[in-house]
Amino acid sequence: MPSLDIRNLCVSIGEKPILKDFSLSLPKGEVHAIMGPNGTGKSTLAKALAGHEDYTITGGEVFLDGELLLGLEPEARAKLGLFLAFQYPCEIPGVSIANFLRAASQARLPEGQEVAAVEFYKKLHGKMDALKMDRKFTARSLNEGFSGGERKRCEILQMMMLEPKYAIMDETDSGLDIDALKIVAQGVNLMRGPELGVLVITHYQRLLDYIVPDKVHVMWDGRIVKSGGKELAFELEAKGYDWVSKELAPSAKN
Amino acid sequence: MDQATQLEIDREKGNFRYETDYAFDAGVGLRPATVDYIAEVKGEAPWVREFRHKALKIFESKPMPTHWATKDLEAIDFSKIRYYLSQGQKPSRTWDEVPADIKKTFERLGIPEQERKFLAGVEAQFDSEAAYSRMKEGLSKLGVIFVGPTEGLKEHEEIFRPWFGKVIPTSDNKFSALNSAVFSGGSFIYVPKGVKVKQPLQAYFRINAENFGQFERTLIIADEGAEVTYMEGCTAPKFETATLHSAVVELVALKGAKIQYITVQNWSNNVFNLVTKRGLAHEESEIRWIDCNIGSRLTMKYPGVILKGRRARGEVLSIALANDGQHQDTGAKMIHAADETTSNIIAKSISVGQGRSTYRGLVQIPKHLKNCKNNTECDALLINANSRTDTYPAITVRGEGNSVQHEASVSKVSAEQIFYMRSRGLSEAAAMSLSVNGFINDLVREFPMEYSVELKRLIELEMEGSVG
Repeated sequence: MPSLDIRNLCVSIGEKPILKDFSLSLPKGEVHAIMGPNGTGKSTLAKALAGHEDYTITGGEVFLDGELLLGLEPEARAKLGLFLAFQYPCEIPGVSIANFLRAASQARLPEGQEVAAVEFYKKLHGKMDALKMDRKFTARSLNEGFSGGERKRCEILQMMMLEPKYAIMDETDSGLDIDALKIVAQGVNLMRGPELGVLVITHYQRLLDYIVPDKVHVMWDGRIVKSGGKELAFELEAKGYDWVSKELAPSAKN
Repeated sequence: MDQATQLEIDREKGNFRYETDYAFDAGVGLRPATVDYIAEVKGEAPWVREFRHKALKIFESKPMPTHWATKDLEAIDFSKIRYYLSQGQKPSRTWDEVPADIKKTFERLGIPEQERKFLAGVEAQFDSEAAYSRMKEGLSKLGVIFVGPTEGLKEHEEIFRPWFGKVIPTSDNKFSALNSAVFSGGSFIYVPKGVKVKQPLQAYFRINAENFGQFERTLIIADEGAEVTYMEGCTAPKFETATLHSAVVELVALKGAKIQYITVQNWSNNVFNLVTKRGLAHEESEIRWIDCNIGSRLTMKYPGVILKGRRARGEVLSIALANDGQHQDTGAKMIHAADETTSNIIAKSISVGQGRSTYRGLVQIPKHLKNCKNNTECDALLINANSRTDTYPAITVRGEGNSVQHEASVSKVSAEQIFYMRSRGLSEAAAMSLSVNGFINDLVREFPMEYSVELKRLIELEMEGSVG
């Protein structure tokens, strides 16, 4: 079965190990949530999968539909179908969203083939309508002077345009008010289906009211310490992360 | 669509050379005899010959400006340069008459094609002389003159002589003196009263010979209410040894006239490009320099406008890209000399790898003037940690009721920005060229489309070369 398969992944930043023997299999078509307190390695997982050079892989393997992901350049991972929605998307001054997406679409075509402008804009406008975005939005410079909500919506728009096979949403809910949260969730739900696997990384249960996961994983100190259905998120919300540190973490070490 | 505002040029486009026989060759080195040879070959009037000889003396008496400029200038050996090379002095009026080897060169550079597409007139200079020069017939009927300096000073002395060397005196600097001594080629343009030339006139400067110096001289006069856009492009093959390009460009905008002068400099990385450019703006006229410096080993160029008449406007928009082994020392000068004059300078520089860019600005608004305005923005973008940028703005504004605004910024393309773009599938080079294009985007919008498209490709190629 096609999946994003993470096996015994170990990742360090400098000398410091962050992910410790992390394993998770995300089947295509499912939405999994990873929850956990700050500093437990959630964002490291996201950045390491996308190929950020500050994160050193010290062990393990990752397969995207059977293809080796680690060792590839970030752009090659993107072309294989991996998408990372950033927690803090950075500003690219002077580059309009439309031009950026066109360049990204172009990068996915074989050499000598050009993005057809008419179809591109038709698709773009369709996705923007679905996200209730103003048409003027994509003429703005990428993330420049954007509010937190605009940045996240821009990430969702990019995801919808680039049509990945697996999307990692790194704390997409941070800094969002409830209306923005709903729009972001709506975007993900629109894309949800047998062709997409989604890994939702979040600190709070709140986002999962709108993006209902098939599975929930609780992360602690660089690995998954408990997995369950969507009800696990409620249990975690009710018991707090103390519960993880006191009850789940010690058992995981054995 | 916004895509069209991106810049594109091919840096390798000019890197080729066909063997050429020269009928006229002033030999190597610079002596009074060199000047005589040039004047002789061109059949110049005695006053022009005298002008040249005087200039040679001034050139010899002036020191290299290394007390403020780069020591790299000392690498130029004036005794090893060839100052005049041509196959003949008369430019052809049709491409068919252009000697085959030269025609081949310009065809490869796409000049005849551009002429057909969007130009009102073209002059194509090969080393010292124009091989081809032609203007649309309708324009000559309107009285527009578009010739080289030899023909201009000979056939239209009454028009050009009064302004020749007046905007930029021979003694302005060492290189304006050098040019005045050995100038050959370039464009002399006169646009009569009220004539608005809709399509651009273009000159293309090609250096083909090694150890050669190209010294074109341009004088553009727009009479009252006239309008003209002039574009120049330049290339040279990559030689082992240094090549010198030292032009003098004078613009005269009479009352209510508009001149726009656009340069896309794409010299190979062994060319010393030392150019003096200045315009004289009379009452209610407008002079605008659009200046892109992409190639060369060292470019020193500070286009300026003397705002002589009330309500005259001057503008310099410039983009410089300095890659490894290159130094772009560019800027602008705005000399306000009348009330209610306005000037605008926007300079953007990009330093890649060990490339170095320098901005030098000079803005003067003296005390007795009223309601003058200047806006200066200079922004630098650094691509790698070892890139270098320097800014030397000199703004002297005195008197009441004059205003000046100055903004400068230095930014860097961060690793996070590059990673963000790569995570969307763009290669590192594509990500960099996208950020560079983003950086200059607002300026490029001011450019004619044809240049935008070319410049973009250049930047992409430069970025490709600059990453692992």
